[in-house]
Amino acid sequence: MWEKRPVLLLLLATAAILVGTIVTMVLPFFWVNTEADAIAEVTPYTALENEGRDIYVREGCNNCHSQLIRPLAPDVKRYGPYSRSGEFAYDRPFLWGSRRGGPDLARIGNKYSDEWHYRHMVDPRSMVPETNMPEYSWLNDAKVDAAFAVRKMDVLGFPYTQGDITALEGKTEMDAMVAYLQKLGTDLPRTGKAADKAKGLRKAEENPLGGDPAAIAEGKDVYAGNCAGCHGADRGGNIGPELAPGDFEDDELFDTIADGLPDDGMPGFSRLGRDRIWKLVAFLQAE
Amino acid sequence: MERVDYNDSIVKGFVIWSLVWGAVTVLLGVIISFQLVMPELNFGPYLTYGRLRPIHTNAGIFGWGIGSFFAALYYIVQRLSRRRVWSDGLARFQLWFFNATIIAAAVTLLLGFNTSKEYHEMEWPVDLMIVILWVIFSVNAFMTIWKRREETMYISLWYTLAALVGVAVLFLVNAGAVPVSLFKSYSIYAGTNDANVQWWYGHNAVAMVLTVPPLAVFYYFLPKAANTPIYSHRLSIIAFWSLLFMYLWTGAHHLLWTPVPDWVETLAMAFSIMLIAPSWGVVFNGYLTMNGQWHQMRDNYLIKFFIAAITFYGLQTLQGPLQAVRTFSAFIHYTNWVPGHIHMGTMGWVSMVMFGAIYYMYEKMYGREVYSIKMANMHFWLVFIGQTLFSVSLWIAGVQEGIMWKAVGADGSLTFTFMDTLISIMPYFWIRSLGGLVYLAGVLLFFYNIYKTARPGAAVAQTA
Repeated sequence: MWEKRPVLLLLLATAAILVGTIVTMVLPFFWVNTEADAIAEVTPYTALENEGRDIYVREGCNNCHSQLIRPLAPDVKRYGPYSRSGEFAYDRPFLWGSRRGGPDLARIGNKYSDEWHYRHMVDPRSMVPETNMPEYSWLNDAKVDAAFAVRKMDVLGFPYTQGDITALEGKTEMDAMVAYLQKLGTDLPRTGKAADKAKGLRKAEENPLGGDPAAIAEGKDVYAGNCAGCHGADRGGNIGPELAPGDFEDDELFDTIADGLPDDGMPGFSRLGRDRIWKLVAFLQAE
Repeated sequence: MERVDYNDSIVKGFVIWSLVWGAVTVLLGVIISFQLVMPELNFGPYLTYGRLRPIHTNAGIFGWGIGSFFAALYYIVQRLSRRRVWSDGLARFQLWFFNATIIAAAVTLLLGFNTSKEYHEMEWPVDLMIVILWVIFSVNAFMTIWKRREETMYISLWYTLAALVGVAVLFLVNAGAVPVSLFKSYSIYAGTNDANVQWWYGHNAVAMVLTVPPLAVFYYFLPKAANTPIYSHRLSIIAFWSLLFMYLWTGAHHLLWTPVPDWVETLAMAFSIMLIAPSWGVVFNGYLTMNGQWHQMRDNYLIKFFIAAITFYGLQTLQGPLQAVRTFSAFIHYTNWVPGHIHMGTMGWVSMVMFGAIYYMYEKMYGREVYSIKMANMHFWLVFIGQTLFSVSLWIAGVQEGIMWKAVGADGSLTFTFMDTLISIMPYFWIRSLGGLVYLAGVLLFFYNIYKTARPGAAVAQTA
């Protein structure tokens, strides 16, 4: 019968597609962004961060970078604690992405120093030698539009003060981008005392592999792949300090490598594991 | 029987312009694939990967995909309704407005007016143009069917009507945004809700744009080209209604292991597996239609396109459900496996069925055989090989990424850095670019063949 009646076919087709739509697309609104998944520490974006977010969207960064850490061990080890619904309550649009052409950025905030980001955006290969990330040096030349930023904050309903807006004057798009990246994933408080975790991983005061030529050779490779960008290919220092043998004790080096120095822009490298960190320490202590 | 004066100029118009946008999308695809291996090919601010990739996907889906569907559906709807299109003027306007919309989309995306939502990146003024375009087509197609001279609607018309309503619902809901200015808006949904709405749209755009209209095309042109009726009417009824019902539950398989509620993910996973049945219902209907006619794979170049297309569709609808399973998704999501998958659907299934349909329509509308069957065969092999190189290289790259990202040593440490992985898949990126170039060569050969077929007074250089 419906094969002879186009209006009936249209109505039946609409009904067929609405069932799944209502169950899987409409109903979740009663679970998500409610009290059930709210996280009190999560704050809206500041005017400068929001400008940065809009630039991130404009440049299509989400085509290569995800912002979603799955509750899977390798994801958590590489990128940090898994993402929770309440962390995204102010994200319009969401920017979870669908491909990792580059690393996930959900918790990139405070991992590196501002200086690292400025240099990396202008010339990515100066910090990560073989990366295929495009250059974004022109962001240094464009200024953010404070009047437009106010209108956007009003539409989003995010709080701001006159001081925030005055502070936008003279800021470049690069400043905004770095401010946004440094906010990502930093709302949740850091859990546990980092130093205790590193000691648990370390298990010894002195390097069990110290002076071992094979360990030093392997440590050199680990250094080239993880450290050379900031500390220089020859350990002479770049945006990170020079690392001369004997500057630090073995255990001090281990803990700093494992935990990083979050306030100084040094990321933690506990993902390398005890063995490789000791090899790295052996290399750093070798002449 | 009385001869109907069909409006073929609108069909030809949409074919030509969809081919133009098809060339743009393949060329852009090749360019951005080279940007991934040679980052110095990014020329900011306009010609970066981040700005060009949305133009590639949208020119493909809306310019080539929807443009060529408009052509084929105008051809099919008129013939199955046994009457001329309801309004010639509206159809003509639609062609111009279609091009205006695609140009507006390309220019605004190049300028960075971008909502970030995949396959829906255009800002709200372009969204409005797309809505107007769709309403114009829907009215004209529906009125033609309404005033048809053939009482029973053939399968292709069911799919056409379903696409009209499906695309409208998806697009309007996902477009929900508050404008700040002419070219900046914010989604009305936030965070996890926004993600769930977007992938309800994203996956069902695959259904309502890249599955339902090309199935209408397949159901019409395979039996026509093979000169044999479709194998089973009953099977086509079951496949049609179950496909429409099941597809809409599956969007969240793009969001497995995310904060989207677990039960939504589980439903998406279950319905994705169930979708194998209606998808393969069509595949079997196609294969069994060829019962006793398989020699046409040798003798009839059109059948090669249609059977290869439906085979790619079959593989696509097995691979898709596999990827929608949590355990497999944990392994291949975020890797290059996924672009390998989607390109089998677009370059293999959708483009192949449309290539065949366009050859067939041009032969009928111009009343002569295609300019060169040899060239059409070469076109077939170039796109087939280009597609295979493209997808297989990315599947290998994706498996390698999956393994290396997850490799963990005995002490629980990650074995590889992100850069180790990226550097290791570069050879596959080069092979993918090569596949894209081979495919582009095939497409250009197709254009030439179609152009020569349509040229007034063309001397027919026919060889078997």
